[in-house]
Amino acid sequence: MSGALLSVENVMVDLPTPRGNLRAVDHVDLAVGAGRTLGIVGESGCGKTMLSRAILQLLPKKAKLSGRVMFDGQDLTGLSAEKLRKLRGRSLAVVFQDPMTSLNPVLTIGTQLIETIQEHLELDLAQARQRSIELLAAVGIPAPEQRLAQYPHQLSGGMRQRVAIAVALSCEPQLLIADEPTTALDVTIQAQILDLLAREQQRRHMAMIIITHDLGVVAGRTDEVAVMYAGRVVERAPTPALFKRMRMPYTEALLAALPKLDVAPHTPLPAISGRPPDPTRPLKGCSFSPRCRYSAGRCTTEKPQLSPAETQEHVYACFHPIAAGAGA
Amino acid sequence: MATLELSLEEEGTTPVRRRQLGMLFWIAAGWMVLVFAVAIFADLLPLPSPTDMDMLERRAPISAEHWLGTDGLGRDELSRLIYGARISLIVGLCAPMIGVTIGGALGMLAGYFRGRFESFVVGSMDVLLAFPPLILALAVTAYLGQSIFNLTCILGVLGIPAFMRVSRAATLSLARREFVIAAQALGATHARILLRELLPNVMLPLLAFFLLGVAVTIVVEGSLSFLGLGVPPPISSWGSMIGEGRESLDVAPMLAFIPAIAMFLTVLAFNLIGDTMRALTDPRQGAL
Repeated sequence: MSGALLSVENVMVDLPTPRGNLRAVDHVDLAVGAGRTLGIVGESGCGKTMLSRAILQLLPKKAKLSGRVMFDGQDLTGLSAEKLRKLRGRSLAVVFQDPMTSLNPVLTIGTQLIETIQEHLELDLAQARQRSIELLAAVGIPAPEQRLAQYPHQLSGGMRQRVAIAVALSCEPQLLIADEPTTALDVTIQAQILDLLAREQQRRHMAMIIITHDLGVVAGRTDEVAVMYAGRVVERAPTPALFKRMRMPYTEALLAALPKLDVAPHTPLPAISGRPPDPTRPLKGCSFSPRCRYSAGRCTTEKPQLSPAETQEHVYACFHPIAAGAGA
Repeated sequence: MATLELSLEEEGTTPVRRRQLGMLFWIAAGWMVLVFAVAIFADLLPLPSPTDMDMLERRAPISAEHWLGTDGLGRDELSRLIYGARISLIVGLCAPMIGVTIGGALGMLAGYFRGRFESFVVGSMDVLLAFPPLILALAVTAYLGQSIFNLTCILGVLGIPAFMRVSRAATLSLARREFVIAAQALGATHARILLRELLPNVMLPLLAFFLLGVAVTIVVEGSLSFLGLGVPPPISSWGSMIGEGRESLDVAPMLAFIPAIAMFLTVLAFNLIGDTMRALTDPRQGAL
């Protein structure tokens, strides 16, 4: 993908733990262009959050990162702390999972917004205040002027996430990373927040990465989806292609695990049995093989590499892909 | 405190929240105001000099002339009590101020930057904690002389480790919270994160601990003065008054009890107010 705003090239993140080296992110290649949305899907502990921290260069001190993170033509891994700091917030911004903890509990909404704006943009207090009000209005907060004087605990969860989005958008970033932006919110608010993100992304022509464990969140709201398992990207495809014909049994299992409205009551949810492999003891073969119902033969001895399906955009890592046309 | 009733704030258009403070708080606050007022305006009050001796009126009982009687050297007890409040409050407020400033800053830096700096700070604070405070006080007063300034410095330095621990502990837990990562992700400098994100959070436990520190320092100053290491005579402080009153405990127990009661009430008032302030200023109270 040429001309991508952000491209993650062969990124690996290693975390030293008392039980040995933990490879949280394993040879990941991803790219997202301006105005495009990438979804990263996977269950808890598959390395989604570590990948997003790696992009922002906000990994824990002990973590080792290798590979390249190219953003707008420069490699973030080689940048000085000061240059990175200027880039964050200004060009790269994040929305975190839990708005209860991602806003400072003892500062007013106004303080948090205005200070972030003044940190990066040359605006005086009155202008920054005006901009804050506009931002709050843009993310759908009623009576934005009064909200500036309020503390985070005076707002509901959905409102707080809107504020967090406003803070992230405050300096017109080129790339917004939303790390499970709706996981802590209830279902009716989820759709509103996702629509809000999509709307602002369109309006500002930003690139956006949505990280989630919910395939339902990325359907219809992303251009491309990468499915992660045990630190690796196991399937990557344009969203319509993925949902039309997924190849990786893990993707299929994730989709099957979504609760559906049209099944009979008390039908058990087809959960994926077992647990993800222990990341400190990597498996020799495919990391999904112990839980995979198609697992056979070389699945346990050899690691499948990403290989293309019908198009170059759709890649998957599986020896026994779900047969074309066979369906799920 | 048990009497403190915190009603959940009513969501309204005004961000002003009202909470019931309770009787005890107002009594404590009233006592504080009284103590501070008489200490500040002691020179303006129609009081006899706290150092003038009247050998004919030694250990005089309560009378119209001497409201609280006189001490063993015939000095007016009420006047000594009020001038003593000055010393106790000056030392009691300034010493924890030293502790909270230096200890708080060190603790925040240690908790935020971790690594070798943290080990160094924690190690040196452990050394300071292990050093017997009485020996330090003796050594300093022996070499530098007894004065209010020296006394304040000793008590201040002795308070640093405790404040350091409180602020480091608070910083450690806060620095992992998402809003700090969020601030980093938004390109905040270390200074900004420390001063704007962490300090307002760390301030709350520090402030509560400061008021506790004031109470403790007043008691410690009293103990040191009682041992003769505090303020030099003839200046009075509550501790030295108790010390002097000890000699005549059998004939005039009042002389030791009156300053002891004053100290007790003041320390209690500080603790009560500290508790209430902490509950009041903590916006997390209203959070989930």
